[in-house]
Amino acid sequence: MLVTVTESEKSVPGSSDRLHLAVALDGTGWHPASWREPDARPAALLTAGYWTDLVAEAERGLLDFVTVEDGLALQSEHPLRADDRTDRVRGRLDATLIAARVAPRTRHIGLVPTVIATHTEPFHASKAVATLDYVSSGRAGVRIQVTASPEAAGHFGRRTMPDPDLLSEAADYVEVIRRLWDSWEDDAEIRDVATGRFVDRTKLHYVDFEGPWFSVKGPSITPRPPQGQPIVAALGHVDAAYRLIASSADVGFITPHDAAETTTTVEAIAAHRGDQPPVRVFADLVVFLDDTTAAARSRRDRLDEAAGRALRSDAEIFVGTPAELADLLVQWHDAGADGFRLRPASLPHDLLQITDGLVPELRARGLFRTSYAANSLRESLGLSRPANRYSTAATS
Amino acid sequence: MTKPLKQIHLAAHFPGVNNTTVWSDPASGSHIDFGSFVHFAKTAERGKFDFMFLAEGLRLREQGGEIYDLDVVGRPDTFTVLAALAAVTDRLGLTGTINSTFNEPYEVARQFASLDHLSDGRAAWNVVTSWDAFTGENFRRGGYLAEDQRYQRAESFLTAAHTLFDSWRGDEVVADKESGVFLGDAAAGSFAYSDDHFDISGRFNVPRSPQGRPVVFQAGDSDHGREFAAASADAIFSRHGTLEDGQAFYADVKGRLAKYGRRHDQLLILPAATFVLGDTDAEAAEIAQEVRLAQVSPQTAIKFLEQLWNRDLSDHDPDGPLPAVDPVVGENTIARGRASVRMYRDPVATAHEWRARAEAEGLTSRELIVEVTGRQNFVGSPQTVAERIDYLVQADASDGFILVPHVTPGGLDPFVDRVVPLLQERGTFRSEYEGTTLRDHLGLAAPARSEDATSAV
Repeated sequence: MLVTVTESEKSVPGSSDRLHLAVALDGTGWHPASWREPDARPAALLTAGYWTDLVAEAERGLLDFVTVEDGLALQSEHPLRADDRTDRVRGRLDATLIAARVAPRTRHIGLVPTVIATHTEPFHASKAVATLDYVSSGRAGVRIQVTASPEAAGHFGRRTMPDPDLLSEAADYVEVIRRLWDSWEDDAEIRDVATGRFVDRTKLHYVDFEGPWFSVKGPSITPRPPQGQPIVAALGHVDAAYRLIASSADVGFITPHDAAETTTTVEAIAAHRGDQPPVRVFADLVVFLDDTTAAARSRRDRLDEAAGRALRSDAEIFVGTPAELADLLVQWHDAGADGFRLRPASLPHDLLQITDGLVPELRARGLFRTSYAANSLRESLGLSRPANRYSTAATS
Repeated sequence: MTKPLKQIHLAAHFPGVNNTTVWSDPASGSHIDFGSFVHFAKTAERGKFDFMFLAEGLRLREQGGEIYDLDVVGRPDTFTVLAALAAVTDRLGLTGTINSTFNEPYEVARQFASLDHLSDGRAAWNVVTSWDAFTGENFRRGGYLAEDQRYQRAESFLTAAHTLFDSWRGDEVVADKESGVFLGDAAAGSFAYSDDHFDISGRFNVPRSPQGRPVVFQAGDSDHGREFAAASADAIFSRHGTLEDGQAFYADVKGRLAKYGRRHDQLLILPAATFVLGDTDAEAAEIAQEVRLAQVSPQTAIKFLEQLWNRDLSDHDPDGPLPAVDPVVGENTIARGRASVRMYRDPVATAHEWRARAEAEGLTSRELIVEVTGRQNFVGSPQTVAERIDYLVQADASDGFILVPHVTPGGLDPFVDRVVPLLQERGTFRSEYEGTTLRDHLGLAAPARSEDATSAV
C-alpha cells in the first residue's frame, strides 16, 4: 500500500524576493536563421565542447539551470511530419546524454534535459535522471514533454497512440518515475558483514504501478538519487497542461504575454495544485538582446530576413536591452512568476547578453544571487529534500 | 619463422552485482557514487586499456520470493554514466550493455550515436537479450519471449539499429552560413525497416557519429549466438578463459567468419577474467583463497545451493554436508532475474556430482561451493600473471581479456601498476594509445555502410 508523504516541502525563507533564471538551450538558438549568425557554431552542434561551453557560460552567470530540448523526430516546421527543408538546423543529440556529458565539467548549475514520455519507458527515464543526479551531485531535473507527431510514432511503430490522452499518460509516467526514485530508502544500503547482507530489503519497495498504458513493478535498479526527487518540469499553454504541472511538476514553464496573463496563469496552476507545496512557475520568453534597442531590432530583422519570414513563437518575443528586459521581468515577477526561462534567439550572442548584461542589472536591483550558495538544484529553487513516500520512519 | 606476436587487448569490467564483488572488503567503496566510476575509468585509461565495460540488469534479483540481499545491489543507468565518463577520459572506450528486449531501436540508436559523438568515437554496445516476464514487469513491452524468439528479436533489433546508423552518410551537414545551406541532402536520415518484430520508418535524427556505428559486442554462447556474432559482431565477451576451452571457442568462432566474408581479425574474442596478485605466487594463492571465502559467505553458500536445488534450504548448515534430498526438477522458481541458473541443465546429476566430490574430499557445503563456483582466472605474482596472459593470447585462446576486479573502485589499480608495465616490456601491449577511437584501439576498420537505408525492407 502506498504511504503518502507526511513531511511537506517548505520554502526556504528569505528567497522569495529574488527571481530565478534559466536558459533554454536548443541548437544554435530559437530563431531558425540563428545558425547563420557570425558567432554561431552550427558545425559544432554534435560535439561535447559546444554544449560544455554554453552551460559553463550560463554557470558563469550564476543561473539556476539550463534546459536542453529534445525530440524523437527530425526537427521540422511542419507540426506533423518532416518538412524536407535544408536551410534550417537538422539533427540533434540525446538531451539527457548532453546533460550527463556536461555535468562533470560544471559544479553548480542545474541540468534539465527534455524526456519525451510518449514513446519511452518510464523505468529507463527514472534511472537515467537519477544517474544524472549522481553524476552532477544533486543538480538534475527533467522536463517532461509529449508528442502527438505521427512521424515520431512511426519511428517506434508498435503502439497505438493514447491521443487525446497524451497528458494523462505523461502524468502516469511522472508518477512512475517519482515512485521509482523513492523505491529505495536513503539508508537501504547497510553492508552488514555479520549477516552477510548488503541491503536491508525492507527498505526496498515495489512501486506496483498499474495504468492503462503501462504497468511497472519496481523497485528501481538505481538507489534514491542525492536530491531524493530530482526536479520535474513541464511546459503548458492550456488548462489541461496546467493540471499536469499542478499534479506532477516542481517547476512549470508558461507562456504569458503580459503581467496580467502571468497572474491568471499562476493562479490557475495554484488552484489546481490545492494545498500541496507550490509549484515554481517560470515564464518563458524568447529574447533578442543588444546594448541598444535599435541594435536588437535590427538583429531580429536581419534574422527574420535570412529565415524568409518573421519569427513566430508560443512565448512572448522580447526585443531590447538587458535593462529593458529587467524592467519587464520585475513586473512579471511582481505579477506572480517565480522565475524566467529565457530562450536565446541566437547562441552564444543572447546568452552572453544575459550573463554579462541582464544578470548584473538584476543583481544591482537586489533581485539575483551574487554567488551559488545552494548544494542542490532543489535547494537553489527553495525546495527542501522531500521525505520518501515509502519511508517506514516517516509513518512511525 | 615464428608468427608475429599478437598485441593483447585489455578491458576493465566495473565490478558487478554478483558475489565476485567483495563488498565486505574494508577498501570497498560506493558502487553508485560517480567518484567510483571516475577512479575506475581513469585507472583503466592510465593502463592504456582498450575500454571499460558496464553490465546491466533491469530488475533486482530475487530468491525465494524476496529481493536478493547478499550481493551488491543497485547500479546507475548505463548510458548516463558512460556519457559522464566521456568528460573525464580522453581515449578509453566506453562499452555499455544494453538490452534488446526492453528497448526500441530508434531510441537506442540515437543514444549510442549520441554517446559516440559526445565521446569522439569511443562508444561500444554489448547487445544482450532478456529471458523472462519477471524483468518485463518493469516495462511497457512486458511479456515473455521464447529463446528462439529472443535471438530473432536481438538480430532484428541490431539490423534495425544498423539501418538507422547508416541512414546518414556523414557528409550531409554542410552548415554553410554564406549560402544558407545547412543540409546537403533533403532526405538525410530517411529509413524504413520492417520484419516480424519491427515495422518502423521515417527520419533518424542523429547524424552519423565518428565511428559510424558503435563497436558491437555479443555475449551469446549457444551455436546460434556464435553464428550471430560471426555474422555481425566486432567482439565477443566470452566466458571461456582457460587454455583448452578458450582455444576451442576461439577456433570455432573464428572459423565461422569466412562464410560471411570476414577476416580473422575482424572479430575479437575477449573472455572475462578475474585475478588475484601477490608478491609471490604462494602469497597470491593464499590471498586468492581468502577472497574466495569472502565471495562465498556462509549465507551465500546456502543461496547457491538453493539455486541448484531449486528449493528453500534456509535451515541447512553451511558448515555441514550437502543436502541429502535431491533438487526439485522443472522450472527454476527459487532464483529470479539470474542468468546463471539456466546453466544447470540437469540439476539432479549436478547435485550427485557435487555430493560425490564433497564426500571424497571431505568438504562442507560452503567449501564445496567455494570449489565449484568461479575460481579466479589469474592468480600469482605480477610476473606470473603477465606471462600467463601473454601465453594465452599468443596461443589463440583469446585476443585479450576483460578483467573483473573484485573490489570497487580500487581493484584494478594493482593490475595497472604491476602487470601492465610487464606486458609493455614484453612488447605485446601498447605503451601509448595510437589512435583516438575505440575502433582504432581494437584494430577494427570503419564499418562498411549499407548504401540504401531501406534495403532491409
